[in-house]
Amino acid sequence: MSAQNGTGLRSYKLKVWRQPRGAAGGKLVDYEVSGIDPGMSFLEMVDQLNESLLKRGEEPVAIESDCREGICGTCGVVIDGMAHGPIPNITTCSLRMRSFPNGATITVEPFRAKAFPIIKDLIVDRSAMDRIQRRGGYVSVNAGSAPEANATPIARDVQESAMDSAACIQCGACVAACPNAAAHLFVGARVRQFALLPQGHPERNERVLAMVEQMDAEGFGDCSNHGECEAACPKSISIENIATMRREYMRAAVGKR
Amino acid sequence: MNAPAIGQLEVVDGSLDAKAPGGDIRTRWDRHRFEMKLVNPANKRKYTVIVVGTGLAGGSAAASLAELGYNVLNFCIHDSPRRAHSVAAQGGINAAKNYPNDGDSVWRLFYDTIKGGDFRARESNVYRLAQLSVNIIDQCVAQGVPFAREYGGLLANRSFGGAQVSRTFYARGQTGQQLLLGCYGSLMRQVEQGRVKLFPRREMLDLVLVDGHARGIICRNLVDGKIERYAADAVVVATGGYSTVYYLSTNAVQSNATAIWRCHKRGALYANPSFMQIHPTCIPQMGEGQSKLTLMSESLRNDGRIWVPKQKGDKRAPKDIPDSERDYFLERRYPAFGNLVPRDVASRAAKQMCDQGYGVGATGRAVYLDFAEAIGRLGESVVRDRYGNLFDMYHEITDENPYQVPMQIYPAPHYTMGGLWVDYNLMSTIPGLHVIGEANFSDHGANRLGASALMQGLADGYFVLPYTIGNYLAGVAPGKVKDDHPAFADAEANVNAGVRKLLSLKGKTTARELHWKLGRLMFDHVGMARNAKGLTETIEKIRALRAEFWENVQVEGSADDLNQALEYAGRVADYFELAELIAIDALARDESCGCHLREEHQTEEGEAVRDDANYAYVAAWEHTGDFGKPRLHREKLDFENVHLATRNYK
Ligand SMILES: Cc1cc2nc3c(=O)[nH]c(=O)nc-3n(C[C@H](O)[C@H](O)[C@H](O)COP(=O)(O)OP(=O)(O)OC[C@H]3O[C@@H](n4cnc5c(N)ncnc54)[C@H](O)[C@@H]3O)c2cc1C
Ligand code: SF4
Ligand code: FES
Repeated sequence: MSAQNGTGLRSYKLKVWRQPRGAAGGKLVDYEVSGIDPGMSFLEMVDQLNESLLKRGEEPVAIESDCREGICGTCGVVIDGMAHGPIPNITTCSLRMRSFPNGATITVEPFRAKAFPIIKDLIVDRSAMDRIQRRGGYVSVNAGSAPEANATPIARDVQESAMDSAACIQCGACVAACPNAAAHLFVGARVRQFALLPQGHPERNERVLAMVEQMDAEGFGDCSNHGECEAACPKSISIENIATMRREYMRAAVGKR
Repeated sequence: MNAPAIGQLEVVDGSLDAKAPGGDIRTRWDRHRFEMKLVNPANKRKYTVIVVGTGLAGGSAAASLAELGYNVLNFCIHDSPRRAHSVAAQGGINAAKNYPNDGDSVWRLFYDTIKGGDFRARESNVYRLAQLSVNIIDQCVAQGVPFAREYGGLLANRSFGGAQVSRTFYARGQTGQQLLLGCYGSLMRQVEQGRVKLFPRREMLDLVLVDGHARGIICRNLVDGKIERYAADAVVVATGGYSTVYYLSTNAVQSNATAIWRCHKRGALYANPSFMQIHPTCIPQMGEGQSKLTLMSESLRNDGRIWVPKQKGDKRAPKDIPDSERDYFLERRYPAFGNLVPRDVASRAAKQMCDQGYGVGATGRAVYLDFAEAIGRLGESVVRDRYGNLFDMYHEITDENPYQVPMQIYPAPHYTMGGLWVDYNLMSTIPGLHVIGEANFSDHGANRLGASALMQGLADGYFVLPYTIGNYLAGVAPGKVKDDHPAFADAEANVNAGVRKLLSLKGKTTARELHWKLGRLMFDHVGMARNAKGLTETIEKIRALRAEFWENVQVEGSADDLNQALEYAGRVADYFELAELIAIDALARDESCGCHLREEHQTEEGEAVRDDANYAYVAAWEHTGDFGKPRLHREKLDFENVHLATRNYK
């Protein structure tokens, strides 16, 4: 396929953040990789680096990924200062090396935020996001108690709009990109999905109050409308979600149903 | 040592009790539920259940068990339960709702699934699955899963391979993620209420048996390397599929066979390991550094037309090849189903065309999937509406625009119909060990139809296991086994020894290099078409590679740290053992069925020839300590409701 041939193999200089587990800090370490096919993914390039480190008897760079097709939210590093790298609307794993000119120097760092402590090298702990979800990222319905699925029609535009918010993959890039390390885009997307859908309405107020309370408790920052989150988001979650969350919060705070 | 011929393997008949009820198939599940023992509601909290896995199967089971009042310990290798590979399912989930009024019914879904599986699945299980399919959709909609809808606000359906009715529910191209989010929400609600204790970043490395019953697991904490013990009254394994044995597959890079393989080594029988689905519509392999293959949803076959040039080695650009010089080979060979034939049939046909020299692309290992006609008929915007994100993904990966140039696709390992053997209660041959989702073997026979794995995982987790496990627990006094029992110390020592051995090897090659070699071998000889000679030679080669692994692999770092090289090497070590069983199973099944085409058994046109007189059974393998000599237990399959017939999609 065209992606693979035609353009020749490439070499890169890498500056990669290395931080031992449990250490207070780390540093950028220089590496070189060559023989890189432009159709390779960024993570496959890192695989190749790690293979060569293993063979030299050095410890590979710790970096997380799983689906490698942009849907599980496991991957995510800061590349040349940008969460998920230079190409908009994609995850780190979907990034291809053809996006980097031959010979370029590429700096790779972990997602940084107070609420995302570094575990090792490029791996951070994002469990704060799960703890926010625990507080209300759901509809309370036990297995077996659901009504017939077509009993509640939902207008197609409402469902489509809810789907736009539901597309969030909980990767945390919005937090990493935000100068305040705020999680508003992520929480906003979850709140908005359930604010739109009738199934979410019975718990609407409790949900937004609890999730925002947990967000604050986890040490995420405040939102001051920089919009960096939206630019970094691989799933095109719009900052409109933050506005919805604020409205929902106000509404709940004054106790409206 | 030579690979065993089937005659040299020990065969046992009548040892497996599937516990499938008899009588009218339509009321079997109702009667079974009535006959099962119940745990008193007040006593449920005294029971602890371990659930390994947080995908659609494990997540739904953990949440539902907790809702019933059980104490649940839930484990996954990921940082969050919501990352399980179920998240990647694109196309949809089947249910016999018959909303489109096109003649669907529970019976038809049952029939399609039995036939699609080429008559190698258990009728009772499949009927139950079809019955429960409708409850799943109700449950997911109530959770706020934003399934696609029609303009009137009601749920939309589309058709999927292997079916002539529209029964597939979907949420853009991310059905799996939306279903998993619903399931994850229910799970997190139970975590918040304290009924589920979550253990992320843990890898199950052994099963603990006390007096022959599953009573706990041993895990490695993937952050600090600590080996941890967990005791319970029953264990549920829901660790997903393991197509990664083939190195390149559509599965996530961390998908693995370790949990079920280690259960197998503790005595759980492993059923139909060679039933391995190779999915027809994947982006072809590009280079050697590639780490995985990307699936293009089967739904694309609803509007895309598959073709190759009529002339061998035709190097013209596709747009320069006139219609009369194209071979739409699926439409030609299977006029009734056309591009919508089941996966095994579509994959094999594509392979045959490429093997005969008609393949396209740089490697000749690809066929076209062309949307020009659909774009002409429907307009680009409708096509974008239906498949936009898939087209974008294809464009991103290949740098080619599928709105202008036909996609290139080739089959890739995708789904494992085989897995640990379970009875109608989803319990393995080890009492107390239950297996659900893709990790078990049930329901799909020799070939899974599209959009039915999500259905099975959720049926198992929401609606089957929560009842059937009660039947087991009702006979167990709760909380009797603690993790200071000597069986835990033994299993822990076993795990520690394995970890130390891997770190001590200090060889010259990497686990990835050997895994890559294994994958090539498996794809070429235990893939879409197999024969006795190739399988016999492959078994020898697997053994040689396994020996090389244990002599020459290099794993850096320490046992007491986050160590991904160590995790990966452990999984690859298990693939080398499992691969041999897969090849032995393929060799022993001297017939063609579903995904398993034995070249010795095909018609002149290349269609599979089943041998129902000799092979209408589930092959359940027992580990004997010698990988080359597993013991075969045969569960005979009876077809009382769907008559055994040759599949015909013409
Ligand atoms: C790309 C792709 C697309 C698909 N599309 C569809 C579709 O459209 N429709 C359909 O019906 N099916 C589809 N399938 C199949 C379907 O998605 C899977 O069969 C199903 O989701 C598997 O669910 P599961 O819960 O059994 O396993 P998984 O979702 O894979 O979950 C496995 C869980 O086990 C955990 N785990 C694994 N090993 C260990 C261990 N040793 N210790 C602890 N935890 C462990 C993991 O962390 C994870 O939580 C698709 C599959 C793929 C790969
Ligand atoms: S909002 Fe976007 S960037 Fe933030 S977690 Fe969700 S997908 Fe990631
Ligand atoms: S690895 Fe799954 S989104 Fe990147």
